[in-house]
Amino acid sequence: MNIVVCISQVPDTTTKVTVAPDGKKISSAGVKFILNPYDEFALEEGLQLRAKYGGSVTAVTVGGDSAKEILRTALAMGVDKAVLIKDDERADSFGVAHNLAEAAREADIAILGRQSIDFDSYGTAAMTAELLNLPSASMVSKLSIDGTKVVAECDIDGGKETIELSLPCVISVQKGLNEPRYPKLPDIMKAKSKPIEERASAGVAPRVRTLSMELPKSSRIGKVLGDSDADIQELVRLLHEEAKAI
Amino acid sequence: MSTILVYLESQGNGLKRSSLEAITAAVDTGYTVIGLLADGKEENVQAAAEYGLTKCLLAKHPLLAEKSSPVAASAIAQAARYSQANYVMASANSNGKEIAPRVAVKLQAGYIPDAISLESSAGSIIAKRPAYAGKAIVSVQISTQVGVITLRPNVFTAKKRSASLTVEEFSPEITTEDIRARVTGVSKNEGRLDVSEADIIVSGGRGLKAAENYNLIESLAQVLGGAVGSSRAVVDAGWRPHSEQIGQTGKTVSPSLYFACGISGAIQHLAGMSTSKIIVAINKDKDAPIFKVADYGIVGDILEVLPKLTEALRRTLNK
Ligand SMILES: Cc1cc2nc3c(=O)[nH]c(=O)nc-3n(C[C@H](O)[C@H](O)[C@H](O)COP(=O)(O)OP(=O)(O)OC[C@H]3O[C@@H](n4cnc5c(N)ncnc54)[C@H](O)[C@@H]3O)c2cc1C
Ligand SMILES: Nc1ncnc2c1ncn2[C@@H]1O[C@H](COP(=O)(O)O)[C@@H](O)[C@H]1O
Repeated sequence: MNIVVCISQVPDTTTKVTVAPDGKKISSAGVKFILNPYDEFALEEGLQLRAKYGGSVTAVTVGGDSAKEILRTALAMGVDKAVLIKDDERADSFGVAHNLAEAAREADIAILGRQSIDFDSYGTAAMTAELLNLPSASMVSKLSIDGTKVVAECDIDGGKETIELSLPCVISVQKGLNEPRYPKLPDIMKAKSKPIEERASAGVAPRVRTLSMELPKSSRIGKVLGDSDADIQELVRLLHEEAKAI
Repeated sequence: MSTILVYLESQGNGLKRSSLEAITAAVDTGYTVIGLLADGKEENVQAAAEYGLTKCLLAKHPLLAEKSSPVAASAIAQAARYSQANYVMASANSNGKEIAPRVAVKLQAGYIPDAISLESSAGSIIAKRPAYAGKAIVSVQISTQVGVITLRPNVFTAKKRSASLTVEEFSPEITTEDIRARVTGVSKNEGRLDVSEADIIVSGGRGLKAAENYNLIESLAQVLGGAVGSSRAVVDAGWRPHSEQIGQTGKTVSPSLYFACGISGAIQHLAGMSTSKIIVAINKDKDAPIFKVADYGIVGDILEVLPKLTEALRRTLNK
C-alpha cells in the first residue's frame, strides 16, 4: 500500500499571538513551532496501515526550511520517506492542496489531520481529494479497510456517520482513531541523518488574499459579582433584562 | 447584478437554522440572493421567504437521495454556473466543511472557511475569520472571479423580513460515478441536545471535583433548555464523553449563552467558545483567566452557587 501522510508545522497551542509589522500575519519571534497535533494521529494511522498491509509511508509537508523539523519527527516515528515541498510563503490553502495532490497522485491512501491549528480551515482533505478526483471522508475516528473497500466512522454535528468509499481515497483523521507512538531516543538520533527530499512548490497563484490581521477586541461586559443570594439574583436579572439572553 | 448562491439544508419540513442564518448574512450584503435546496421538497423552502429569500432553485435528481458529498458538490457547482453566482455560501457545519472545498475546486474559486462577518466593499466581499484558535482575526478577500465562503454557525442571527419567493426546478447532471463515497449510517447522540446545535450551553470543568456533581450542571442546563458541555480535563478524567468536549481538540461553539462552571479558561478551551454571545463564568478563583472573557462572573464555590442559581432561574423563567 502506497501511503502518503500530509503534515503541517504550526505554532504551539500556548503561543501568545502578536501581529507582525506588516499587519497581516503573526510575528514569529519567540514562537515555538510544533507538528500539528492532529497530524500525529495521521502518521500513526499510516504506520499501522503499513504494518497490516505492507508498502511504504511517505510524509509530506508544504513549508519553509524550518518545516524539516517535523519531517524529522515523522522519520523518527518510522516513515520511509520525507518530502519537503518548498514554499516559504505557505501560499493559501488551495496552493497547499495543489502541492499535496501532486505528491499524493500515486498514493492508495492520503491521510491528513482533521484541521491544522493555525488557520483551522478543515478543508485541505476535501480540496486535495477533489483535485485528485477521489472520494474522501473527514474527521475519521474509526477506519477499516478490506480489499479496496473502506469503511470510515466520522464525527458530524451531533453524532457520528458511517461512510463507505473505496481505495484510492483521502481521509482526515480525528482523536480517538489511535494512540500516536512516541519516537524513541535512538530513532530520533537516527532520523537526524536521514535524507529529506526537497521539491519545488508548483507555485499556483493564490486565490485568497489576507488584507489584515488583528487581535480580537474584548467587548465583554466584564461584570464580576460575589456569591451571596443577592448576587445570584442580580445575575439572573442581568441575564434576563440587560443581556436578554434568557 | 452581483449574485450569491446559498446552499440550503432541510430539517423536518423546513430549513436548518444555520441555513436561515446564511440567507440573512447573504441578504445583508446587498447582493441578489438565490437559494439552492438539494435535499428537500418545495414546502421546505417556503419558510425562507420570511427571511427575505426571493428565489430558490430546487434541485431534482434521483441520485441526490444518495447522501454523498461529491454529488452535492457537483449539484452546487452546476447551480452556481447556471445562476452566474459571484459567491457560493454555505454553513460551516460538518456538511458544509466537507462540500464547500470541493465546490471551490470545481469552480476554480477562492475558498474562505468559517467566516464570522461579511462586508461588501467595491464589488467584492471582505470576510473576517478567526485564526490561531481565535487568538487572531484575519480579514480576507477572494481574488478569483467566483468565491466560496462558509459561515460559522450561530454567529449570524437569522432575521425575519418578508419577500415573495419564486421556486424554480433545477436538474443537475449527475452520474453514478459521482457517488464514490456514500453515507451508509448515521447515529445521533439520542436524547441529549448536542453542543454544536444548542443555543445555550452549560459547561463544567475540573472545579466540579467529581463526576457525580455533574448533576448540578445537568439541572441548570435542563432549566434553561440547553446542552451540557465539558472541558478537556473532565473528558480526560473519564467523567464525560468526548462528544461534549469544547475547545481546540473538541467542538467549536457559538451559543447565545455559555456558562463556564469551574473551568479555568485555558487558551485551548477559549478556542472553542470565545465567539459565544454572552459568557458567564463561575469560579472560586477571582484571578481565573475565564473572567477575562466573561460578560458576567460569580466568584464562589460552584457546588454551592449552582443549586441556588438553578433555583433562581427556575423561579424567573416560570413567571
Ligand atoms: C494540544 C492541547 C489541546 C487541548 N484542547 C483542549 C480542549 O479542546 N478543551 C479544553 O477544555 N481543554 C483543552 N486542553 C487542556 C487545557 O489546556 C486545560 O488543561 C483544560 O481546559 C483545563 O480544564 P479545566 O478548566 O476544567 O480544569 P482546571 O484548569 O484544573 O481548572 C479548574 C478550575 O476550577 C476552579 N475551581 C476549583 N474548585 C472550584 C469550586 N469548588 N468552585 C468553583 N471553582 C472551582 C479552579 O479555580 C480552576 O480555575 C488542551 C491542551 C492541549 C495542550
Ligand atoms: N502546509 C501543509 N503541508 C502539509 N499538510 C498540510 C499543510 N497544511 C495543512 N495540511 C494537512 O491538512 C490538514 C487539515 O488542515 P486545514 O485544512 O488547514 O485545517 C492538516 O492536519 C494536515 O494534515
